[in-house]
Amino acid sequence: MAKVEQKGTLSKSDLREFFREMLLIRRFEEKVEERFRAGELPGFLHVAIGQEAVAVGVCRALVEGDIIASTHRAHGHTLAKGTTPNELMAELYGKLEGCSHGYGGSMHLYDIERGNIGANAVVGGGLPAIVGAALTFKLRCYPRVGVAFFGDGATNIGTFHEALNLAQLWQVPAVFVCENNHWAESTPSWQHMPIEDISQRAVAYGMKAVKVDGQDVEAVYKATRRALEHARGGKGPVFLAVNTYRLVGHYIGDPQVYRSKQELEETRATQDPIEHLRTKLELSGDEVEEIDREVQEIVDASVEFAKNGTDPKPEDALKNVYA
Amino acid sequence: MPELSYREAVRDALSRAMRDDEDVFIMGEDIAEMGGSMGVTQGLVDEFGPERVRNTPISEMALAGAAIGAAMQGMRPVAEIMYEDFLTLAAEQIVNQAAKHRYMSGGQVTVPVTFRTQGGAGWSPGAQHAQQLESWFVHIPGLKVVFPSTPTDARGLLWSSIYDDNPVVFFEHRTLYGIKEEVGDELEPIPLGQARTHRQGEDVTVIATGRLVHEALAAAKEAEEEGISVEVVDPRTLLPLDEDALISSVKKTNRCVVAHEAVVRGGFGAEVAAVVQYGAFDWLDAPIERVGAKFSPLPFAPVMEDFVVPHANDVLEAIHRTVSRT
Ligand SMILES: Cc1ncc(C[n+]2csc(CCOP(=O)(O)OP(=O)(O)O)c2C)c(N)n1
Ligand SMILES: [Mg+2]
Repeated sequence: MAKVEQKGTLSKSDLREFFREMLLIRRFEEKVEERFRAGELPGFLHVAIGQEAVAVGVCRALVEGDIIASTHRAHGHTLAKGTTPNELMAELYGKLEGCSHGYGGSMHLYDIERGNIGANAVVGGGLPAIVGAALTFKLRCYPRVGVAFFGDGATNIGTFHEALNLAQLWQVPAVFVCENNHWAESTPSWQHMPIEDISQRAVAYGMKAVKVDGQDVEAVYKATRRALEHARGGKGPVFLAVNTYRLVGHYIGDPQVYRSKQELEETRATQDPIEHLRTKLELSGDEVEEIDREVQEIVDASVEFAKNGTDPKPEDALKNVYA
Repeated sequence: MPELSYREAVRDALSRAMRDDEDVFIMGEDIAEMGGSMGVTQGLVDEFGPERVRNTPISEMALAGAAIGAAMQGMRPVAEIMYEDFLTLAAEQIVNQAAKHRYMSGGQVTVPVTFRTQGGAGWSPGAQHAQQLESWFVHIPGLKVVFPSTPTDARGLLWSSIYDDNPVVFFEHRTLYGIKEEVGDELEPIPLGQARTHRQGEDVTVIATGRLVHEALAAAKEAEEEGISVEVVDPRTLLPLDEDALISSVKKTNRCVVAHEAVVRGGFGAEVAAVVQYGAFDWLDAPIERVGAKFSPLPFAPVMEDFVVPHANDVLEAIHRTVSRT
């Protein structure tokens, strides 16, 4: 994916590039849903449809050397951090060409070279490692930042609290990106936390906290840039409370018995970040169609690539257990 | 006689206990409207309400610990840990707290809590969603550990776990939820610590747990066609262990295979093998064979996952190995 130049302001063509990338992630995940339903994809898959502006806005603000840790909902983060659609799709098909060489799967996407230290199937599992990574950057005087993605539900687990406290205590260059989509599986946020403003949790540790509209990619980008500057400048970690929406089920196949069709349809109609950006950029139907065709081709090609990939040998399972 | 799936059998034990007894309540992540990630508690919130069917935040340590605290005040909570892998997050409370309060207080207190959880491979979720960690808990004095393999056992053993005055870690196997069995109209509690012999045999005893009970039964059928008579015994409760049943079976057959889905090394089968060799040393005609997962985390790609976890043919091969020793 072409790198947008790092700067505080965004031109129309930068935003067009963001649009293209968000649409690519959307089409990629729709394809993943389709192939899963067709029985081609094994495992347990969570898509982030509705949350593309967070992945793109955050990752576009990063510079070479910055790293991320992701979650069970990792496809968007992974693509936005630079893993190619081919490598990601190959992983989902369990192929050696995949970004985790078939060992990881959807919830365990790694791309160390490109700064993705791992998606995590344990909620909150990645946060402490980001503190340690950021500590390393600090000790070695590297101008790098570690970024942890996690959901609203994850703010209830011990690692979240311990990691935030430690990060603030040690003043490490880390950014904590809380994607608050208001649900933890079937549990609405009012049922899993007794406060409305999730950023209070960071404030409790003395950490700088910023609220962000996660459906507006430009806002996410700008807030992330400022957070990165703060962290990189040695002023300590930052918590981004990103308000966003999951426009699909928790996992592919989730019947969503816990939320009404009406609520879902209303959210879908009003909170689609791609739609928002299209309106902002005043893209014509033809323009959108052209971009769409282009990204669909990339996605289709990734499926071809993945299907033609190499299956691991069964006994490969015993490799990589130890260094 | 009604037919219940393993899933329904667990639910039946829970709802009967809750109907009978105000002290019993359940809590866990997404167990209310969604009925838990495996649908086990479906419908219970409608019958018992959100006070007794409590959705918790993603806070395994706190929910396990809260269940322990409630148990020490006389309740009989059943806490669900969504995936066995996340027992690692609750382990502090289960291992250091639940298992030890009675002991540390010199016998003043009881902790009648049950931790239900589920695990098991075969659906390619990768390394953090399908482990079998039962042996970790068998190592802890003060805990009881149960691992049913059939609907009848699940129902009767869960009831006994709830009414045991000690903390019980109750393992369910994900791939067994759909299996069905006729069960009695009345729930018959099954005492903890009693093995079940699924099949009588003369030549080899296979001691298996969880999914491997079914794999062992399939292997036994094939072996029978080859003229090898296999006895299949499921301890059902791993702690306390029905040592007599296992030893006397091996004294009869003189050969033994232990089988579980968990990694062989340090697995529950190692304990069984030690118990059997000590109790039936003079009767054994061959070394005890062990069947279990190969020594790796669970890989994602199905071809690799299938290679790592054991199946009926692995049990059959172990049977062949043991009978070929003279
Ligand atoms: C420690 C742990 N407990 C439970 C789960 C099961 N689980 C997977 S995702 C999830 C909800 C996560 O909610 P949130 O952090 O808000 O992320 P979202 O799914 O909304 O992106 C749960 C409970 C898990 N993976 N890890
Ligand atoms: Mg959420």
